[in-house]
Amino acid sequence: MAYLELQGLHRNFGPVKALNGIEVQLGQGEFLSLLGPSGCGKTTALRLVAGFDRPDAGRIVVDGKDVTAVAPAKRDMGMVFQAYSLFPNMTAAQNVEFGLKIRGKSKADRRKRVGELLELVGLGHAADRFPHQLSGGMQQRVALARALAIEPRVLLLDEPLSALDAKVRVQLREEIRRIQLELGITTLYVTHDQEEALAISDHVAVMSGGVIEQMGTPAEMYTAPATPFVAEFIGTMNRLEATVLDGAAGHVDFAGSRLQVDAARGRRTGERVLILIRPEALELEASTNGAVGGENMLNGEVIAQTFLGPVTRLKVSGGLIADMSTARAAALPVGAHVNARVPAEGAKLLSLPDED
Amino acid sequence: MSASAFVWLVLAGLYFLVPLVATFFFSIRSVQTNKCCSFAAYTAVVHNGDFWHTLRVSFVLALEVIVICLVLIVPTVYWVHLKVPKLRPVIGFLALIPFVVPPIVMVVGLLKVYRGAPSWFYDRPSGILAAAYVILAFPYMFFSLDAGFRAIDVHTLTEASQSLGASWPRTLVKVILPNIRAAALAGSFLALAIVMGEFTIANLAQFHTFPIFIQFVGESDPYQASAVTLVSFGITWLAMSSLLFIGRKRGGGATTQIAGAR
Repeated sequence: MAYLELQGLHRNFGPVKALNGIEVQLGQGEFLSLLGPSGCGKTTALRLVAGFDRPDAGRIVVDGKDVTAVAPAKRDMGMVFQAYSLFPNMTAAQNVEFGLKIRGKSKADRRKRVGELLELVGLGHAADRFPHQLSGGMQQRVALARALAIEPRVLLLDEPLSALDAKVRVQLREEIRRIQLELGITTLYVTHDQEEALAISDHVAVMSGGVIEQMGTPAEMYTAPATPFVAEFIGTMNRLEATVLDGAAGHVDFAGSRLQVDAARGRRTGERVLILIRPEALELEASTNGAVGGENMLNGEVIAQTFLGPVTRLKVSGGLIADMSTARAAALPVGAHVNARVPAEGAKLLSLPDED
Repeated sequence: MSASAFVWLVLAGLYFLVPLVATFFFSIRSVQTNKCCSFAAYTAVVHNGDFWHTLRVSFVLALEVIVICLVLIVPTVYWVHLKVPKLRPVIGFLALIPFVVPPIVMVVGLLKVYRGAPSWFYDRPSGILAAAYVILAFPYMFFSLDAGFRAIDVHTLTEASQSLGASWPRTLVKVILPNIRAAALAGSFLALAIVMGEFTIANLAQFHTFPIFIQFVGESDPYQASAVTLVSFGITWLAMSSLLFIGRKRGGGATTQIAGAR
């Protein structure tokens, strides 16, 4: 049974449909990331769950109870904000203690819990520091401890790492996941960083234009994007617009080349399709004199190389991108003629609207 | 410090100090000989019952005005920043009106507005005079608080507080107020200074406040008037320092951005 349910949530701001009927079901202790570009409605959805805003239609249900009309102060939801939100007039310990005081916990209980939580986020030594004496990463850790102190029913995180530098982001996202798993707390996480979402979530929901385009496990989202938008947004993808030549044999035509793609089997002849291939699935080999090297090969020229550590990304004329080991990439410098082998099995296929 | 900055500092210091020093030297002249040095004027001032009475009236009035201003304007500015930011320029415009309305017009207007109020309202300075001074202090208090609220992230702090279970009053008192303390103090100092120095409205409304006393003494004894001026200057500074001290002590150790009036 779902612990957190968003049922047909709509929210309009004037003529803009910020949320257009989103549906989410999340089990207890699960971690869901709402992922999407700016303006897709992910933060609006989170604010509705927190109670800072009310939906125009739809319901928010937590543990079987409708909380749509409940004030934020009564929802028992811990929230970590994008902006630094610690109370500047209180120390780290006083910030964490704030919610416990409101709940009328005894001084001894408060002190014990504050100590535990600051230790949990690795800041036991900084209890007496004021926010302006803490780094950005430390402030967000204290904010996390403060949100967890009230033992919330749902933990909400609104791009909590976006103001931090790259190294701290990676460290802190791993800590957030560790703590979430340790406490088994149901978590809703908003981010525009697909790497972050894939790394720490049980489920990812990709949003665009106020709707959820696709929701699934990180592996599902990566390997089987359901829409062109998701394919574009999650990771890097080669997108080949093609036409089915022979649905029975799985043959398609791409820019004059005949390709065999298993996923095209059963498609209507003449149907327009989008072939999706991950860069790491595209194999490159040197070609002599620019000749096409065989079946399922696309010919081109290396126009750029991007060093990414153990892997190098090569851009090939015609809009292809391929990842290969840096050692192998050294043999294919910029200007080299290459053949790119389109994998018959690994490629995904999406339908495109027919041209008029 | 560069040489030009030092020169400007000295000039600014002289601008403030020369009148004070001159007033002091004038105040210690003897009434009989018109020469230095006698502290008779100061002795006469501190032994004058009206001095202490009017000082107390004005000081109590100042505290009343400060409290009314804070109670009215802090929640208003908070709400405007949080819920209706479009109203900020409107309130800013309203806050400028006390600068352009002549005191006589204000007194007549207030008499009309408060027509039907109980008689004590007109009999005591804590009634109509406090109402007038709240209006006079409004721009100073508003612009100080507005600057203070703009220096903090009102939305995030409020939402963080509410997500932890705090009510609106608790959020205001425990989270917002401590973080606009410097701005509230700045507004309070200005309100104090206005009340301790305002003459025209008090005179028109025929109340015996401290500035009225200074004016009265000035007509009868110029040396005493100088002495009163310096004593009142010292007392006002002492009051401001006390407010600052109390404000800082209650605020814990956190540093806050000083948000002064514009």
